Amino acid sequence: MNENENKSKNENKNKYLNMNELHEHLIIPRLRNIQEEHGYVSMKSMRELAESLSLPLMKIREVATFYTFFNTDTNTDTNKKAVGKLHIQMCTNIACWLAGAHQLLHSLENKLSIKSGETTTDNLFTISEVECLAACGTAPAMQVNETYVENLTEEKIMKLIDLWREEMKTNGVATLDGCCISTTTGGTSS
Amino acid sequence: MIKMSVIEPILTKYIGKKDYLSIKKVLNEMNPADVIQDVKKSNLRGRGGAGFPTGIKWSVMPVIPKEESKEKSNKEITPITLRYLVCNADEGEPGTFKDRFIIGKMPHLLIEGMLIAAYAIGARVGYIYIRGEFASEYRILKNAIEEAYQENYLGENVFSKFLNTNKNFSFDLHLYRGAGAYICGEETALLNSLEGKRGEPRIKPPYPAKFGAFGKSTCINNVETLATVPAIINIGAEKYAKYGTAKSGGTRLFSLSGHIQNPGVYEFPLSIKLKDLINHCGGVKDGKKLKAVIPGGGSAPILTAEEIDTLDLGVDYDSLAAAGTMAGSGGIILLDETTCIVEAASVLLKFYEHESCGQCSQCREGSHWLARLFHRIEKGEAEMKELDLIEHICSNMSMQTICAFADAVVGPARSSIKKFRSEFEEHIRIKCCPFKKQKEVSHVL
Repeated sequence: MNENENKSKNENKNKYLNMNELHEHLIIPRLRNIQEEHGYVSMKSMRELAESLSLPLMKIREVATFYTFFNTDTNTDTNKKAVGKLHIQMCTNIACWLAGAHQLLHSLENKLSIKSGETTTDNLFTISEVECLAACGTAPAMQVNETYVENLTEEKIMKLIDLWREEMKTNGVATLDGCCISTTTGGTSS
Repeated sequence: MIKMSVIEPILTKYIGKKDYLSIKKVLNEMNPADVIQDVKKSNLRGRGGAGFPTGIKWSVMPVIPKEESKEKSNKEITPITLRYLVCNADEGEPGTFKDRFIIGKMPHLLIEGMLIAAYAIGARVGYIYIRGEFASEYRILKNAIEEAYQENYLGENVFSKFLNTNKNFSFDLHLYRGAGAYICGEETALLNSLEGKRGEPRIKPPYPAKFGAFGKSTCINNVETLATVPAIINIGAEKYAKYGTAKSGGTRLFSLSGHIQNPGVYEFPLSIKLKDLINHCGGVKDGKKLKAVIPGGGSAPILTAEEIDTLDLGVDYDSLAAAGTMAGSGGIILLDETTCIVEAASVLLKFYEHESCGQCSQCREGSHWLARLFHRIEKGEAEMKELDLIEHICSNMSMQTICAFADAVVGPARSSIKKFRSEFEEHIRIKCCPFKKQKEVSHVL
């Protein structure tokens, strides 16, 4: 198994790239790792990344500030914009809007007493409004960290929030898998 | 599972799990030119949005010099012959979810399609650029690729056990995750993103066939386009073409959402009429009256219910283009009689305002102004002359920019005003949204 793992790791590298191409090619995956680990990308980690890839800092910054996945506040080293433990990303694009996503977002904001774009004081929840998640067939939908929660109703959201809060207070983590109708179906039902 | 269409499904029936029948047939019986000829005959057109004929896209890849191709059989690939096949899995068009479905349910079908495409165009390395938000799809695809490597379906001299000829074909497939940018679905922006740059579209020409990923010849195809190829090889190009119209061959996956009774992904032949398609999916939700349809993802100009009835519109690329809209990504969004068109357009424009990459000023500023103006109208704060201002902004954006994004913004903006002008005027006249007012009244009563 170990051998296989190593093999697939090696195979993942495109051997036809030169050093510079490879290093640039690695910027986004490395930034993703930083974002996933810390919840934001700080100036310090960008500097370190630039150094480890032997690229100018500018190259890292211009990429990090372009993509919405990265939370950056490039003016300070101590970034305060980190998202909470559960990042609730509610889709409000056309199909979810038609299914009432705006009302759901509103009741979610009331439930957590924060506005979209904010984090609760206990650092557990962050709400964001996001664009089409490609779950229009099971609208309204939201993405919590990496998990899709689809066919939302107000009742379902309220229940899940209570459940997750309870779990995080007792276990420190919320179980996202299994609590949701589907995480893999592309918006279809049988 | 997928919902079946009126005919025997082509793409979705050919699941391609671990059989890889079509690629074995291709490697044993066909040379690359035959494969391209077959795809041309099938009239397969790009399923991502532009609808460019796939066979032609493959055939414009520069010819590999003869001496190089001879050496290729037993020597390492040279920088001159290196070319890439890139699969565009950055599905982000509002109302479209078919690629997520294919990856989630039939990842091996995509891998097989990529193998056939790579063989046809002579690509040694392939990338799948998958949308950053698709976490579970990423894991599914990663597992599928690992499985394929273990079975020697990917890597050096693939399928060597199954081949009667001494042909050898090698193909490496890499996965690359995006980081949340709608614009990276545009092919040259995707290439920039793949190289680790900002996802800004490139000026064309040079086209990717000449100067693509890492400066090499590159062919970029949508997930569904590539996943359709094994089915074409399996049932035969002519038979596949017959399911569609003269210029748009075969079947297609449609993503049905909005006010439809049974939302989901459906496979339909391209010869079907839009009206019939809607009926097959259960018609308008809760028996309400249809008001409008967005026929090809959020960027497609809106169609009124009357247009669909009187023109008896088809769903193929040419019929929809003739009706002033587009087949786009196949995302069909239904809007029923209770929908406020102004708000619907406003929701879409807010999305485009956020996603404009900011490279061209017409698009960067224009998308922002349009979103603000539509928001003002919806709130009842606008004046009548602003409707003309919107048209003015649209004409300054359309066809003026590096990529097609600006036209995607203009699509819903211009068409909604053109076709529902009275609704816009009413918002301005009564200084609020008539639909919200109605709801409030009925709530009080």
